[in-house]
Amino acid sequence: MIHRSLNLVLAPLAMLAGVAFAEERQSALPVSEIAPGLFVHEGATALMTRENEGAIANVGFIIGSEGVAVIDTGGSLREGKELLAAIRKRTEKPISYVINTHAHPDHLFGNAAFGEHGTRFVGHKNLPRALAVRGQFYIDAFRQIMGNDLIDEVRILPPTLLVDGTLTIDLGHRKLTMRAWPTAHSDSDLTVVDEQTGTLFGGDLVFLNHVPVVDGSIRGWLTVIDELAGISASRVVPGHGPVSRWPDALVDERRYLEQLAADVRALVADGKPITAAAETAGASERSRWQLFDDYNARNATTAFSEIEWE
Amino acid sequence: MLGRHSRLLLVAGFLAAVPFGARSIQAATPDSYDPWPGLVQDIFNNRPMNDGAEVIAIEMPYRAEDAAIVPVTLRVKLPPADGRRVVAITLVIDQNPAPMAARFELGRDSLVSEISTRVRVNSYTDVHAVAELNDGRLYMTKTFVKASGGCSAPAAKNAEEAKARLGQIRFRQFAKPSDGPQSGAREAQIMIGHPNNSGLQMDQVTRLYIPAFFVNELRIWQDDTLVLAVQGGISISEDPNIRFSYVPNGAKRIRVEARDTDGHVFQNEWKVDNSGT
Repeated sequence: MIHRSLNLVLAPLAMLAGVAFAEERQSALPVSEIAPGLFVHEGATALMTRENEGAIANVGFIIGSEGVAVIDTGGSLREGKELLAAIRKRTEKPISYVINTHAHPDHLFGNAAFGEHGTRFVGHKNLPRALAVRGQFYIDAFRQIMGNDLIDEVRILPPTLLVDGTLTIDLGHRKLTMRAWPTAHSDSDLTVVDEQTGTLFGGDLVFLNHVPVVDGSIRGWLTVIDELAGISASRVVPGHGPVSRWPDALVDERRYLEQLAADVRALVADGKPITAAAETAGASERSRWQLFDDYNARNATTAFSEIEWE
Repeated sequence: MLGRHSRLLLVAGFLAAVPFGARSIQAATPDSYDPWPGLVQDIFNNRPMNDGAEVIAIEMPYRAEDAAIVPVTLRVKLPPADGRRVVAITLVIDQNPAPMAARFELGRDSLVSEISTRVRVNSYTDVHAVAELNDGRLYMTKTFVKASGGCSAPAAKNAEEAKARLGQIRFRQFAKPSDGPQSGAREAQIMIGHPNNSGLQMDQVTRLYIPAFFVNELRIWQDDTLVLAVQGGISISEDPNIRFSYVPNGAKRIRVEARDTDGHVFQNEWKVDNSGT
């Protein structure tokens, strides 16, 4: 009895202390205001690791007069929480939308940081399927790489608002236009344009420095690039790499993809096996990209299995 | 009988998939649990495994670059002077949800000496190739494959395109001028458009479910002589692709018949191109 009442007194104190401790400990992700009310954290050009907490993709947020939109949430719940802390340092407005540019873990493992705020999650119409097919695999795979501490708390939150074609949302005197693309980098690529500042969030349809990763269709991507280049914007926040002028930012990526496709086409025509693609295709691009050895052989393998059906 | 066996394995794989997460929590080291003894029991009825180093070779990249498309080559090493013959080769990817990837039955008179295909690799795993000789003995060799990194997944990249290709069969034959005159062997390739869905994928949140739908049988003949009969499982990549070398018997046609788990039958045939022999 005594014991219980003691608990009743102590519990709220402990909770208060816990909250204060959590807030104190919750560091904020460093972000830059690259345009008025538009903030970006530039991810490290690296693979997701325990040490970098999966913070390798660019993530950002846009503040309107009534609410905030988050574009991608990072590669761990921890990064997602740090992004939330960065937002809360700048505004108390509600987070109306979390937009995921595609299904890859470095862009949405942080979703659950925004799961309790009445927020709508927005994604490509194919995103729920991609997450159903890959979500658990990603959690298992990255548990091995990043460890239990970072991965145990990750929850895959699928979109509740789907984009098929285009969709415009309003944050209050600030319109964002989203567009769902045919299979290119992946089969759930979505771009976001902040019309007020002419800023495009390209997701992983746009890579700079970090070698492009083909997890959808190289032919599809080369088709999409032409249309993407027509988007009216003055700057782009790529999925990986620095914020850059638009559409100049596409030059390197297009050259890489065209070279890889041409090399693979030549191998297929020559009757070479798929293993030859991993060894030679795209090799001339090696010095121009970071993480080339981590992804090029994979891109070549993927491209071969697609191009051999031409 | 054989079909039933592979379905049994599929069910076993599905059950095994449930505790997988728990197992990996305990140990991040991929090789702490060795499923091979259990697989020898399930797939080969505990028959003795002999050292296959002189009988068969398996080649895979050390790292699975793309988890959905990992090339594998099986090579028969028995010299022609050896009186014995490889009757079948079974490919087992130990750590996959359905470990028995494929069983290749080699036609008696087509002298298949090399088979390449592509498989899904879910995690760090041993991959075993087991050759059965006509003396009834089993010979095993193995390799180890590191899982792919990054956002690679053993799943569809472009589901719409895979559906659009369903049932298309392509055949290619390759001139082998260097080998041709000596052995008379030719190299050919069969590609089948098929999503080859594993059906093991369900998400707790979206409740989306993709039923198993894969090519489970493929037969290749030159005229009426069997070249290869393949039993496939879900570890075979989307758009199953088999490249093989064989010795032509003067046949005019190559014929292919494939069946999937929904009972579709896909057939085609092509004239043999003699330019390379």
